[in-house]
Amino acid sequence: MTRTIRGKVAVVGLGETQYYKRGQSPDAEFKLALKAIISACKDAGISPKKVDGFASFSNDRSDPSRLAAALGCDDLRFSNMQWGGGGGGGSGAIANASAAIATGMAECVIVFRALAQGQFGRFGQGPRSNTTSGAGAFTVPYGLMSPAQSFAMKVNRFMHDHGVKQEALRAISLASYHHAQNNPRAVMHGRPLDEDKYDASRWIVEPFHLFDCCLENDGAAAMLLVPAERAKDFPHKPTYILSAVSGSHYRAGASAHNTPDYATSTFKTTVPRLYDMAKLGPNDVQVAQVYENFTGGVLMSIVEHGFCEPDGCNEFFIKENLIAPSGKLPTNTSGGNLAECYMHGLGLNIEAVRQLRGESTNQVQDVDVSLVASGPMVTPVSSSIFGSEATL
Amino acid sequence: MSYLNPGLPVPVPAPDGLDAPYWEAVANDVLVLQYCEDCGTYQWGPEWVCHNCNSENVTFKAVSPKGKIYSYERVWHPVHPALNEQGPYLIVLVEFPEHNHARMVGNLIGDPEQEVIIGSEVQAVFEHHKDHDPEYTLVNWEVIG
Repeated sequence: MTRTIRGKVAVVGLGETQYYKRGQSPDAEFKLALKAIISACKDAGISPKKVDGFASFSNDRSDPSRLAAALGCDDLRFSNMQWGGGGGGGSGAIANASAAIATGMAECVIVFRALAQGQFGRFGQGPRSNTTSGAGAFTVPYGLMSPAQSFAMKVNRFMHDHGVKQEALRAISLASYHHAQNNPRAVMHGRPLDEDKYDASRWIVEPFHLFDCCLENDGAAAMLLVPAERAKDFPHKPTYILSAVSGSHYRAGASAHNTPDYATSTFKTTVPRLYDMAKLGPNDVQVAQVYENFTGGVLMSIVEHGFCEPDGCNEFFIKENLIAPSGKLPTNTSGGNLAECYMHGLGLNIEAVRQLRGESTNQVQDVDVSLVASGPMVTPVSSSIFGSEATL
Repeated sequence: MSYLNPGLPVPVPAPDGLDAPYWEAVANDVLVLQYCEDCGTYQWGPEWVCHNCNSENVTFKAVSPKGKIYSYERVWHPVHPALNEQGPYLIVLVEFPEHNHARMVGNLIGDPEQEVIIGSEVQAVFEHHKDHDPEYTLVNWEVIG
């Protein structure tokens, strides 16, 4: 018997708070979490009291027991954290929730992420302590301490190995900003980006200009998952999880940049499992949400998910190929982490479901298969594929 | 002379003792990697066991302070107040091809706007901070030739 979660779990509720620039949320982080969860339950037409599980990632601070108490949940059955990986846990949390549902451990699970970078620390800043020890002692004193700095080194090597030009990264940013102009929820709605503005923007760390880097935001997002056999009891068009996997390659976590296969988005070992479980391949995917911490990670993720050859990036990564509705691979159709909101990538999973429902502000026609890649270049990473009823 | 402006967190040996021999070695201008006495594998960063054979018999062994640039980055945006007046600076990832391709991170000495060529041979430059409390040593790199 094949062990799989394929088709066993449905997404029946989506919830988001308003998205704010970092530090501008009027609500505390925990309240943002509650609002997103209540909103996802409302979307599904059920009482939050019926939620019996919570799954999150990246050490989310909103503890499930406090959530369950605040919401008055009748029976907490599943309380789960995906270790490590920062945004690499987005689809991993969905995988964990799905596993719980498929094995009967829980019936009604919220996957969520809440962030208030004003209330707590910013991601993009170095540590403020006087000393550093352990793995940090081998990088921080050399001025290598932020996510952009940690990942630019990988992207430079990949671009060197495959002759990738800056314009390929630029196309990814342009596509995200293009989509955000149609999305009123997007923080960058009304702030379009063109080639000149991108080229003139300051370097953060080469090869990343300002517009190659994700936003830093306050907000929360939540998805409600139930067993597939209940999918039609809810108001929206049913959408199903066809696959969700996480992991990383040999010694991906070796400190001081010592993973042997270095210039990678970390998806080489997970993607075969992703497609095997989904019983689909890259040619079946109609729309993709690919986590952008930085554009270089998007580029390598798209290569490693089989949409483009490593040596073909300069031809594939043009804006026209990446935009909805007619691009070869419409990518980050909400504006994503670059231009909609940085909700640590859970917003990308929500947009993937929205595409299946036909409710995106940059809708691709008749979507049956919708893919998410979460958190490139970290460890572990994760990916998910959602499908319509027709794919079951 | 230090490559970066002062004020970043300074390295101290890990409280669990794992990397103490490294800090002692570099304070004396000796570069070391971790080495498995059982299977002969080099590794970096430090760990309690050998990743190849899982032996606990790992030591720190002196190696030639020369390597090759595996990758690099030129940083412009300061993410720490100590770097506000720094301007651009270069970080290199140096590989030791003869030592199981172990790698180390450091700064590349010289003009921060110099062209950096992946594959270039570099040698270590020990940057001592003997007057600082606590004392520490950084290992930077310069292109050979």
